[in-house]
Amino acid sequence: MFSIYKKEINSFFSSLIGYIVAGVFLVFMGLLMWLFVDTSILEDNYATIDQLFSLAPMIFIFLVPAVTMKSFADEFKDGTYELLAVYPIQEWKIVLAKFLANGTLILIILLPTLVYVYSVYQLGSPRGNLDLGAIAGSYFGLFLVALVFVSIGLFSSALTTNQIIAFALGSFLSFFLLWAFQFISTLPIFYGQFDDLVQKLGINYHYSSISRGVIDSRDVIYFLSVIIFLLFSCMVVLEKRKG
Amino acid sequence: MSVKLSNVSKSYSGKKAVDKISFEVGKGEILGFLGPNGAGKTTTMKMITCYLAQDEGEISVCGLDTKISQQDIANHIGYLPEHNPLYKDLYVKEYLYFVAGIYKIKDKTKVINNLIDKTGIGKERNKRINQLSKGYRQRVGLAQAIINDPDVLILDEPTSGLDPNQLIDIRNLIKELGAEKTVIFSTHIMQEVQALCDRVTIINDGKLIVDESIDSLRSHLSGDNVVTIRFESRIDIEDLKDKIQNIEISVIENSSYRISSQDGIELNAKLFDYAVSNSNRIIEMKSSTLSVEEIFQKLTLQN
Repeated sequence: MFSIYKKEINSFFSSLIGYIVAGVFLVFMGLLMWLFVDTSILEDNYATIDQLFSLAPMIFIFLVPAVTMKSFADEFKDGTYELLAVYPIQEWKIVLAKFLANGTLILIILLPTLVYVYSVYQLGSPRGNLDLGAIAGSYFGLFLVALVFVSIGLFSSALTTNQIIAFALGSFLSFFLLWAFQFISTLPIFYGQFDDLVQKLGINYHYSSISRGVIDSRDVIYFLSVIIFLLFSCMVVLEKRKG
Repeated sequence: MSVKLSNVSKSYSGKKAVDKISFEVGKGEILGFLGPNGAGKTTTMKMITCYLAQDEGEISVCGLDTKISQQDIANHIGYLPEHNPLYKDLYVKEYLYFVAGIYKIKDKTKVINNLIDKTGIGKERNKRINQLSKGYRQRVGLAQAIINDPDVLILDEPTSGLDPNQLIDIRNLIKELGAEKTVIFSTHIMQEVQALCDRVTIINDGKLIVDESIDSLRSHLSGDNVVTIRFESRIDIEDLKDKIQNIEISVIENSSYRISSQDGIELNAKLFDYAVSNSNRIIEMKSSTLSVEEIFQKLTLQN
């Protein structure tokens, strides 16, 4: 399992796409957080990095599927999955190795954003006037969102041999799970009766909760359940695709 | 038996790709797996490797059932699929270390260095796979297939697209491996089957139509009674058919003929007598046997 994990990480950084995806994310986040007037921390006059945690999930909708799109789609296109499936490694280990590798990649891409935390910490008045506990909770929540998107990305990639389709499908499903339930809950059929229940099906409800700095086990269980469900679905798809 | 198939069937969308196939292959045996495109060769090979599950029948590899012991079988099998899929963005050594890691091989460096020597990829070992020629990629594919020192080697068209020199190298390697392992390989190159295999299996429309040693197949089909003959002048074909019963005659050109007999008669002697009695001298006479290519055509077109 570690061999596949290592290969996935190496493959990502041995291709230009990996650096471009990571670079675009960091440049885009930098622009949004420090330069663009509407979202800049410097214009906000508060020592927080809430912008990162509200903007990052939106960018993740595109970033994560871009990282995961080749995971299985390429394996099927090149025929390498056939070999992988014949090697002495169970299917769930292949899926788990790819999940962990892609999760690690997202973590690596996310790490440089700690510079923002350090910057705001230094810029605060008085210096260090920053709620680090809430920030740690938000990072944890953001990482859980990213992991759900990784499992969506792997599932989408398992469905097709075309990376572009995997990317588009992954982005759509991520968007759907993040926000769609929020919108659906406002429909007259649900509003006032089941709107709370419908909202709880979406990621945004649980992410908002964790972002406040309170790590509720119900939210964590929600994220873990969605991840396990998607990874299991991915395995079912892989089994079906073998024919 | 290292590999045993009993009444194995597999269907895709209701269409039978493999239909009640049975055969066995023993240790140290090289089995040539022949058949036209779409005959069911690759499906059969994929079932032996456990990649696909059969709908009916039983397959055992080294005494293990493919439906129960996939993980154990994986350790006994080496597989080179059709089109030789490789991770082209990896370096040769990096790729072999990756495969060795999956097989949990202990002394990876030693095993990989031996493998590199055996498959002759030494001077390309530090290149990326996408920089290699087709021949070297094929060697890398073979290297990954034998990295776990498997008892059974399944090779799906291992020599397709290679130049003659590469072809001979790969053939020699397969021959060498076949001395101690069970090798099943599919090919379209008939000379390869003649040069390498102990036994041949021909499959057509999902059905097994031949499972014999090459020599017995050849004698079975030709009856060892095919003669190519050139007389001094043309002969009367009907007259010859009257004199020698149960023969088939085809004209090659002018006074050259290909004559075959289904009976176990001494065709050469009879033709000699015929030539003497008709004062028509024999310029050239050659007994021949059917090539595997002809046998393949004869059988697959018949079916």
